[in-house]
Amino acid sequence: MKKLTQTAVAALIATLGTSAVTSANAEDIKVGLLLPYSGVYAALGNEIEAGFRLGLETFGGETTDTFEIVTEDTEVKPPVALGKAKKLVLQDEVDVLVGIVSSGVLGAVRDFVDGAKVPLIVANAGNDEATGASCSAYITRLSFSNGQVNRPMGTHLYEQGVRKVFTMAPDYAAGRQMIGAFAESFTAAGGEIVGQDWTPFQKTQDFGPYMANAKASGADAVYVFYAGGEAISFVKQYDSFGLKADLPLYGAGFLTSPLYVNAQGPAAIGVIAALHYVPTIENDANKVFVEAFSAANGRSPSEFAVHGYDAARALVLASAGGANDGEALAAALSKTSFDGPRGATSIDPATNNIVQPIYVYETVANENGEGLTQKILATLPATPDAANGCTLGG
Amino acid sequence: MDVGFWLFQTLNALQLSMLLFLLSVGLTVIFGLMHFVNLAHGSLYALGAYVAASTAGVVGYWGAFFLAPIAVAAIGFVLYALMIRRMRKSGPMAQVLVTFGLIFVLLDLTRIIWGDLALGIQLPPLLSGRISLGSLEYPIYRMFIIALGLAVFAALALVLGRTQIGAMIRAGVDNDAMAACLGINVEKLFFAVFCVGCALAGLAGVIAAPILSVTPDMGLQILIPTLIVIVIGGLGSLKGAFAGSLIYGFVQTFGAVLLPSFASVIVYALLAVVLVIRPTGLFPAKA
Repeated sequence: MKKLTQTAVAALIATLGTSAVTSANAEDIKVGLLLPYSGVYAALGNEIEAGFRLGLETFGGETTDTFEIVTEDTEVKPPVALGKAKKLVLQDEVDVLVGIVSSGVLGAVRDFVDGAKVPLIVANAGNDEATGASCSAYITRLSFSNGQVNRPMGTHLYEQGVRKVFTMAPDYAAGRQMIGAFAESFTAAGGEIVGQDWTPFQKTQDFGPYMANAKASGADAVYVFYAGGEAISFVKQYDSFGLKADLPLYGAGFLTSPLYVNAQGPAAIGVIAALHYVPTIENDANKVFVEAFSAANGRSPSEFAVHGYDAARALVLASAGGANDGEALAAALSKTSFDGPRGATSIDPATNNIVQPIYVYETVANENGEGLTQKILATLPATPDAANGCTLGG
Repeated sequence: MDVGFWLFQTLNALQLSMLLFLLSVGLTVIFGLMHFVNLAHGSLYALGAYVAASTAGVVGYWGAFFLAPIAVAAIGFVLYALMIRRMRKSGPMAQVLVTFGLIFVLLDLTRIIWGDLALGIQLPPLLSGRISLGSLEYPIYRMFIIALGLAVFAALALVLGRTQIGAMIRAGVDNDAMAACLGINVEKLFFAVFCVGCALAGLAGVIAAPILSVTPDMGLQILIPTLIVIVIGGLGSLKGAFAGSLIYGFVQTFGAVLLPSFASVIVYALLAVVLVIRPTGLFPAKA
């Protein structure tokens, strides 16, 4: 069935492309989607693919080239993902790779992609090094970096009058980077981190034992990073222990992502978080995106969907500019710039990382009384990440 | 670290223990009675949570609370009829392999039916909110889990220790061949116990659903703690499952707050110690 849909979509795009413009130099660009379709991030893989296909449908007409998609499941396992990346490049001979949810997987395929000179558009994985010390001319990130999402929040919270913060995150690289970036800017602004808890990653389902530490710390607020199932458990348990009233909950916006905020229910109301995309951003591009995505999937898009959507748009733009082989695509991708659902979005050629505004939002009950929505409280200006050892900028 | 802290963490530990007890008691008694290792027990717990999450919207939390164990027992019935009865005599290695495979079959079935997105289930109004215990406020729902676990333990202890059916089960655990010679229909007994064990796993799923997230891999996540509990407690005994759950709950909870950097290894260290000192666990059914 999936194969059938894929062929149908490819055929559709192919006919659209040829009927629109009969150009002599139209090429077929083969895209390898490298995403988790099983394991803990399966929901994210499907969401990114839905966004990517919608992006190709929406913008595909802007180029004479046609796109063909091959999907592979990374299973969120670095060795498996490396094998699949090799299969896509060597056997399927794809022109460009798109995807990668986990930073561990990105680390595993980085050297291969760089060596094979096949452009990779990162559609989620946020580890800072990927566009820092181990950046590559062939790797362009259209999602976010861990530091980027959290850094502005440190200064912002201090400006909001928060002075003492207790932090919590899963004990793994992304958790450390997210909280580290927040803590750095928060203490630089004059705030104080009064305590930190690192919970065993993917082994913690009951956060009850940690709640006492947060409460006893004397903090004004709690700042956390949790995602997926852990985020659902955490937000519900934080609320059930009655901490939300005395100790406001802040965090990296994945905490109350539209993808799973409905599973959190009323427990998520009042949580304030920072993220690079929420479906309630007001601009024309986002209106079009939200309408199209909701029509196709029956719910609002999440930040993961926008990663896929913008990755497709960047690819179309690069191809419309005349690039259709690996080398040219990589060069064109690092000059990407457009006004998308997230606002002004561009790639910083010095790191190949995305530059985008960060939105501070509160999860609130929908006005019609059904479900939850995101109320944007502040838009923090886009600032490029520091090079952090990346030498692309010379 | 005042009295409130210790009371708070003790309640947390008890709550975790009782959840694990509901899971491990079914698994351990099935093992003791049938010498059958059902690794798919965690998947039944996940199914309980999913059934609860999808029915709570229609029949409310309390409807789901009763429906989920029944549904999971029915799934257990099907599994028993189709597979487990045939596997009874095929030895532990084949059983482990088959039930291990079953984990992935059930995992993918939940993904096909309910999708990859995590589901949530809201607390009933009666059990939401907190009660105050002196200076401390504790969620009512967690108290409910503790009370429910203790009630199930008391009921099982009563049935196993004081009734005729309990005596038959104990006889079956001790020596099934001899029990069969005495006229007990061991096969029927096995079947009944298996279904009750499945129902308890479903019950654990429905009570865990409101505080945890309902995800396809929740069954895999709970399987290892459950196995640790029954290995520590000793295979096949109610007392072992109860003691093992308490030990796991307390070590895990207090380990997480007092020795946070060792939080993920401390339980495994305990398991190693128990295996060295008492290789059969603390309260094995057959001494």
